[in-house]
Amino acid sequence: MEKLNTVSSIVTPLDRPNVDTDQIVPKQFLKLVQRTGFGEFLFYDWRFDQNGNQRKEFVLNDPKYSGSHILISGDNFGCGSSREHAAWAIKDYGFDVVIAPSFADIFYNNCFKNGILPISLAKDIVSELMKTVSVVKVDLSSQTIQYDSKSISFEIDQSRKKTLLEGLDDIAITLMHEVKISSFEKTRKI
Amino acid sequence: MAKTLFEKIWDSHKVDEIEGRTLIYIDRHMVHEVTSPQAFDGLRINKRKVRRPDLTFATMDHNVPTTNRSLPIVDQISATQIKTLEKNCQEFGIPLFGLDSPYQGIVHVIGPELGITLPGTTIVCGDSHTSTHGAFGAFALGIGTSDVEHVLATQCLVLDKPKTFEIRVDGKRKNSHAVTAKDIILSIIKKIGTAGGNGTVLEYRGQAISDLSMDERMTICNMSIEGGARAGLVAPDQTTFDYLRGRKYTPKNYDDLIESWKNTLKTDDNAKFDKSFIIDASQIAPQVSWGTNPAMTADVTESVPEPAEYARGDSSQETAAKNALAYMDLKPGTPLTDIQIDRVFIGSCTNARLQDLIEAASIVKGRKVSPKVKAMVVPGSQQVKMEAEKMDLDKIFKEANFEWRESGCSMCLGMNPDILSRGERCASTSNRNFEGRQGAGGRTHLVSPIMAAAAAITGHFVDVREWV
Repeated sequence: MEKLNTVSSIVTPLDRPNVDTDQIVPKQFLKLVQRTGFGEFLFYDWRFDQNGNQRKEFVLNDPKYSGSHILISGDNFGCGSSREHAAWAIKDYGFDVVIAPSFADIFYNNCFKNGILPISLAKDIVSELMKTVSVVKVDLSSQTIQYDSKSISFEIDQSRKKTLLEGLDDIAITLMHEVKISSFEKTRKI
Repeated sequence: MAKTLFEKIWDSHKVDEIEGRTLIYIDRHMVHEVTSPQAFDGLRINKRKVRRPDLTFATMDHNVPTTNRSLPIVDQISATQIKTLEKNCQEFGIPLFGLDSPYQGIVHVIGPELGITLPGTTIVCGDSHTSTHGAFGAFALGIGTSDVEHVLATQCLVLDKPKTFEIRVDGKRKNSHAVTAKDIILSIIKKIGTAGGNGTVLEYRGQAISDLSMDERMTICNMSIEGGARAGLVAPDQTTFDYLRGRKYTPKNYDDLIESWKNTLKTDDNAKFDKSFIIDASQIAPQVSWGTNPAMTADVTESVPEPAEYARGDSSQETAAKNALAYMDLKPGTPLTDIQIDRVFIGSCTNARLQDLIEAASIVKGRKVSPKVKAMVVPGSQQVKMEAEKMDLDKIFKEANFEWRESGCSMCLGMNPDILSRGERCASTSNRNFEGRQGAGGRTHLVSPIMAAAAAITGHFVDVREWV
């Protein structure tokens, strides 16, 4: 997995609570058998109308946000289906950081497997960041976000931080615990 | 120290610690065609094997056609995904209940009916509704594809310990035919909200839960994820033990297992939950969702709410409710029983087991589907379908002009050809009323099987308490 440390860009504000993974990648795009190429389907039904034309009013279609690497949204982001295609689409589209007051658990976990940093912040700070038009700098190693000459810190589990910073392969790490796994297996009854 | 049921299962599956997180052993891994191909690819790229193919079970359910199985699959991309699963199972030695198997069905329906799902176990699947298996007193959770690959390779998962959340449903339902398990869980989600359970494992307890059959407990646990929970479970009891006896994969030493489960698989009297929520079953009415998430639900006797009244001062919820009403094309103040529908879907891992079909058929028998409604029944598995046909339920549905289909996820998520057209309104026994879930522009109202059946007959929602 690609390493992630600092990300600097303007933020793309998607001001809605409960953005579900069915919206992030609608089901008609789940039939692919690879991990790549999902960016073009990100928020498909919000980005495009039934004839495939861009919906001008949707934030991702606003040219001023093109090239943004930071997505910011409302409470319970990524709820619903466990589809990791949602994380693949976000990353493939170009977002490396997602900021929200809270995240659904499965989506949150999927982010770390794909080099995306999900950051939970208090609601008032999220609202303030949504309005920021200048460049926001996210620094994972110092766990800080700089914007509008302010600097705030964020919380993250240390082992997950390390996974992102070093781009680690979780499976390889778990396989180093082989002896414990094998001895546990010998005690199992069913 | 006194422990909850979940804490006991967690502790008994701890393999090791990894940098402050816990390595948990997985007893059963269910695999389906949509979230697994990339995981198998990952194994091949890294030259890894499936550690325990004997604890892994596969079926195809999400994009399978529910029409005649002897015909080739028209959608070539779906066909490729199905073929890919067949090839992967063959290459890695995983048992597969394929399209021609009498045991094929929705992964969360077949696990329990084959006795793969057992009390006290840990179960995962690359599907959020894995919480269904918690009905048997298992810790069952949905995972992403990277974790599917992780479990295939290691039979373990690295997790942070969730918090515990007691959901107590006291008392008895006033009319247990009309007020179903679906109405209980929708009432709970309506109160705790779509994120109320985030980071927790729910334990459903109380008289009204003990009274439920296994099919009904599965409906409740299935929708734990709609309240944001990592998992949901019910302590096993005689109902659980009776259900699992004699099934295809039920262990041979079953009686010994029951004895040990009876002593261990329950929350200790003095155990403390991190959170608690109590609801009185006698106050629960049949539910109808009106919005675009499962918490946007009301009693059938109520009307579509004003967004401000629904949001209670939360501006983002008010905007969400306004967007929902625009999407659903509903006006505040409209009685739910005035809402006219175009389609009825009885199916999904929430409500497509035998009891669901029996209950729906009891409403349909001797009546006809409204001429303006198109209605279908999609049994949860081939076993459910066969059992239902032995009871002639298929005849009841077909005589009433319902379509009677082969098993699969079908219109719950519309990955196969069963979808709503733009603007169509559906009474659905599934679990998610998200925008576009059943088809781009389609409008979903979540209800119980008998509420869906009654709506099919009248063409609009009705309070089924007046019927049964």
